[in-house]
Formats: sequence, C-alpha cells, structure tokens
Amino acid sequence: MPDALRFLTRTSGRARLDWTDWLSYAYLFVGLFLMFGPVLWIVMSSFKTQSGLTDFPPSFLPYGQKSVQVAGNEARLPLYRVKMPDGSTRELAELRRIGLTATMIDPAKPGEEIPVNIKDREKTSELRVATENYTELFGKLSFGRYLWNSVFITVVATLITLLFNSMAAFALSKYRFRGQKTVFLLIIATLMIPPTIILVPNFLVISNLGLLNSLWGVIWPAVATPTGVFLLRQYMLTIPDELLDAARMDHASEWQIYWRIVLPLTAPALAVLAIFSVMWRWNDFLWPLIVLSRSELFTLQLALNAFQGELQTEWNYLLAMTVITIIPVTLVFAFLQKHITTGIASSGVK
Amino acid sequence: MSTLQLKHIDKRFGDTVVLRDIDLEAAEGEFVALVGPSGCGKSTLLRIISGLEPTTAGEIILDGKRVNDVSAAERGLAMVFQSYALYPHMTVYQNMAFGLENTGTPKAEIERKIGDAARMLQLDVLLQRRPTQLSGGQRQRVAIGRAIVRNPKLFLFDEPLSNLDAELRVQMRAEIIALHQRLKTGMIYVTHDQVEAMTMADKIVVLRAGQVEQTGTPLELYNSPQNRFVAGFIGSPRMNFIEAVVTARDGRGLTLALAGFEPQATINVAVDPAAAAHGTAVMLGVRPEHLEVAEGAGAPDTVTVQIAQVEQLGGHGFIHCTLPTSKRSLVVQFQGQIASRAGATVTLRIPPAACHVFSTAAGEPALPPLHGAG
Repeated sequence: MPDALRFLTRTSGRARLDWTDWLSYAYLFVGLFLMFGPVLWIVMSSFKTQSGLTDFPPSFLPYGQKSVQVAGNEARLPLYRVKMPDGSTRELAELRRIGLTATMIDPAKPGEEIPVNIKDREKTSELRVATENYTELFGKLSFGRYLWNSVFITVVATLITLLFNSMAAFALSKYRFRGQKTVFLLIIATLMIPPTIILVPNFLVISNLGLLNSLWGVIWPAVATPTGVFLLRQYMLTIPDELLDAARMDHASEWQIYWRIVLPLTAPALAVLAIFSVMWRWNDFLWPLIVLSRSELFTLQLALNAFQGELQTEWNYLLAMTVITIIPVTLVFAFLQKHITTGIASSGVK
Repeated sequence: MSTLQLKHIDKRFGDTVVLRDIDLEAAEGEFVALVGPSGCGKSTLLRIISGLEPTTAGEIILDGKRVNDVSAAERGLAMVFQSYALYPHMTVYQNMAFGLENTGTPKAEIERKIGDAARMLQLDVLLQRRPTQLSGGQRQRVAIGRAIVRNPKLFLFDEPLSNLDAELRVQMRAEIIALHQRLKTGMIYVTHDQVEAMTMADKIVVLRAGQVEQTGTPLELYNSPQNRFVAGFIGSPRMNFIEAVVTARDGRGLTLALAGFEPQATINVAVDPAAAAHGTAVMLGVRPEHLEVAEGAGAPDTVTVQIAQVEQLGGHGFIHCTLPTSKRSLVVQFQGQIASRAGATVTLRIPPAACHVFSTAAGEPALPPLHGAG
C-alpha cells in the first residue's frame, strides 16, 4: 500500500512541485471531474426526494424539506422559515397555498392560521437520504421483472457468444482448409457494415422465425460477433500447434482438443470478450426496443425509456433505476479487468 | 515391442518435394536415429511415422500391418516434442494422465502407471506443479513420462535435447539410453546433432534434402561412409577434405597428387584402381584424429603445412593448419600436449589406411576400397 501511495503521489520535482507536476495534476483533476462528475451527480441525485430534485439552485448533497405532523391534519406539513412583518423569524408549517399567499400554521399553536406572502418565506431543509427511491422501486413497475430480463439476456448471450466465437476462431486458427482465408475475410468484412443497415433484414428474419417478443429474439442475432472471432483467432494463433499434436497423440478427439486444451489456454482473451459482450448486451437499447414490445419482456434500458415516456416523469425513481443499471457493468469491468492482466501475465508459456 | 517399416515414402507440400523415396526399417526394440542438417525432412518423416502428417505416396507398415490410414492416436505410438508440448494449464500429473483418461483407463490404474513413471524419472515431488514451475530438464522428463505411461509400441523423439544446455544434454542423453535399455521399446530419434546419434543409436539414418544418404550402425557410418556428405557429417571435428588428382594406378591402388601443398605431396591409397581413370580429379578425406604429427619432413605420405592455431585441451588438442597454396585448411587432433605454436610449420603423416577417396561426380560417392585391403 505505501508503494501504491508513493506511486500515486510521485512528482517530477524533487523538493517542490515542478510546473509539470502542477500541469499534470490539473489535467488529471479536470479529467476526473469530467468523467466522474456526472456519474457522481447521478448517484447523489438518486438519493434526493422528488421535490429535492426540482430545487433551485440545485444542491450536490441530497437535501429534503423538513416536514412536521400538526394536530388536525392527516398529512405531514412542509416547514418554512418565515420573516414576520415585525422583523422576527418563525418556523411555520404550510397548510395550503392560494396564489401568492400561503396559509401557514405554527406547529406549536395549531389553532392560529397565519397568512404569509410567499416572498417572505424559504424552505427549511435538512440532509435526508431518500432510500425509498430504491426500496419502493422494486414494488413499482415490476422492476424485478426487467432486471431479470436484462440479466437473462446478458448472461445467456455472453455464454453463447463465447462458445460460438471460440469455435469459429478455433477452426480459423488451427485448421487448414480450402477457403479458410475467404471465410475469415467475410467475417471481418461484416465489421464494416453499420448495425442500422441490417436492422430491417434482421427484423424480418427474427419476425419470420417467430422470435418477436421473445428474449431469444434479442439473444440470437447478437451472439456471432466478428470482433469476438477476430480477437479469439489472433489469440489462438499464439498457441503452439505442437500442443495440439501432442493432444492428438494422446487420443484426444478434436472436440476434446478444443474443450480441454485450446479453450483453457484462451482464457485471457475469453475474459476480454466476456467483458465486451456483457457491456454490449447490458447497454443494448435499439435492438431490444424493436424486438420486445410487450412491457413484461422489457429490459432495464427499455423500462428506463418507457418510464420517462409517461405523462409525468418521476425523476427520483428514474435516477435510482439508472444507478442500478450502471452498477453491474461497473462491477464486471472492475473484476474482470484484474483477471485480464493476471491472465496475460501468467500466459507467458515457454 | 514392434517393428516399423517404411516403403518408398514420398512427401510433397504443393510443388515442394520434402521427402523422396524413403525406405527405412526398424527392428524390434531398435534405437534408430534420423540425422541430417536442418531442413532435410527428418522431422517431417517422424511426423509421417506418428500419423500427424499424411504421406503423398508410399507405405508405413507397423507390426506387419499397413497403417497409412490409421489415425495418430490409434497407431499406439508416443511422441516427445522439441518444445516438450506440455499442457501449460495442467499439473504434471494431469499432463501425464490426459492421454490415459482419453482412452478410458480406470482411475486406479492411471494412478499406478503415473506413480511408476514418476518414480522412474524422479518426478515424484513435482506431480502437483505446473510446467512453468519446472526447469528445462524437468520438463523434458515430464514429456518423456507422458510418453511412457501410454505403454507405446514405439517412442518418437523430435530433437528432444535441443533446448537444453550442454551439461544437461549429456545427462539427459544418458537417461534416455538407460530408459531404452530398461524398457526395450523401439525408439525413433530425430536429431541434427551427430554426436547424439553416434552415442545413442543402434542404427543411424543420414538424411539430406529429403533423401536417405546412408543407413548403418554408428561405426559403419564412421568407418566406411558411402559418400562425401556422410563422411563430412559423421565425426567431430569434421573430416578434412583435400583435392587430389589420380597420377598412377597399379595393383596396390591409386597414387594421388594432393593439391595445395608445397612441396608437391603424393600419397598411395588402397582404392580399387578400376574405379578412377588416370588424371581424374578426386577428393581425399581423412579424419583429424587419423592425421599424425611426424618427426621429419620428406618421409613418404607426409605433407608440410603451417600452423594457424593450436587448441590445447590438456588431454588432447587440435591443430588448425593452412595449406601453402590452397584456401583449404586441415584440422589435426593430437593426444596429450605439444609445444608447437601458431606460425610454425609442421609435418603431418597421412596414414593411407585411414584415407577415404570420393569421386567428384554427382553425389560424390566413395570409391570402393581395393578388395581385401579393408
């Protein structure tokens, strides 16, 4: 840990900070602010109450208006700090408001109603973390259902992607056959076709296969990725052919060679592809939007969109949902990234 | 315990001819070394025997049965690769068990076989390690162990010692010889190092450019090489070659005038006089260990040369000599130690009995010795 700290606080100047240090730190902090600022803002905002979100000027920390229970009223009443005509300041609860005049009440003396011009008062705020944004979310809008749909599509599509792409890469890297180069070039060439171009043909295929409004309709078109095939093929080319020959002498079938020799040795590249695939599938919006039109099949991304599209947007829930949507990708990246570096480091065979 | 026979093996990659009409026979339990310079096709030949590479033409006969169309796994051979080809993600134990698991061997038997092999190769304490945690010699032993547990009909070695340092190579050489004596299983051993072939093999097959140059026991190849290539390839340091012209023929053999010496040197060799006409250019070959440092000049069969360099190794040594009027050089091996220094002249005796004479015709075949002269 001291090593890491020393590395992070390393400077170019020996005793004092050099101007290059100032410059690089300034650059790094600007970068940090630009990248991390919006994410942090979303996370903080997701803990704000509905009214806290609409406050102006906006606050960084989640403040909420204080409220109080006053005898004779069922709902809790919001508290205001009111400047009285005599110059004193009192804390009053708002009973109702008509136009520019609010009828206020002193929580201590519930009988007395005080008319107050709304210019003379300001909200009494307190730091309040609105965890109900999250807890209530699970009851609302069958959030659990969307989460499951997203997880199912991501996990299943990633597994199938890894399997199919590695099989294609194995054949293209380890077998010599007529047309091998052509097949490889055809696969790579599809990288040049923008997904929007094949949106309609894909839709027609899925529609005719009867996969519309099915999670599999989202999964199947996504599992064969040229990027994945290319990535894995290039990695498999580095596995020495002698290993495969040795396995053949060891009575291994071609399937066993793939499954027990090539696949384990490709683990670092598979981890990279897994990260990509998880991010692609989890963040995918356009294709699921086209295939899935029944709301119980929505993924989180679609639900976020639908949620916003209603007459009134409940921003506090929307933000909480956004945060939940970001978390898995962040976790996957954080953990598998470590796996990649160790994987590449330990694969230095020979 | 198996016999192997190759009949007229041809191998082409596209238009490139890699092997041409190879015939080879390995008797039961025989240690056969395939030796030749790099690119001569010896590894390809081994891969053809193993079944990893198909032949273009010819027959592979194992135990009397044609196995051309039998897959590598079904031939029942085991191969040790140059890079060892150990599975990096498996432990030593798993590496050795992989082949047995694939044939459906019961667990208890796998354990017993690996235990035996590990004891034999001193791998007992390494069984749970991974190949990356082993030294070169240990990896080599694991590769051999993986071959042993399969109980193969034949062992195939593809330059197994070329990745080891000199000391370890000598040690592993001894271990493989000991292994061969204990298992009595036939071995086909590919190497480019003629010393390995000479010390280990019962039979050596010398290959050049996809063709067999000569087959025989190590001493046959050493004593009577059939052509100049084999003569130059077998033996260390290399045989000396001197250009010569036939100046006389009689019942005792040929008289040759050697090129490049001052004064002119001639030598009588016991070669069948019918083999070369008067005035024919030939190549005289004599091994460094057969040249002798002579006392005085002028004696028959002697030449005078200048010393370019002396290598003293204590027990024996080498003199590198330059010929006065030729760019060829001679290497002489001497026993013990000598006082001569670079720059001095020395008289060498060329014993006629140790001479080999090669034609300069295509293939440079050896001229037959005079009948009865040996």
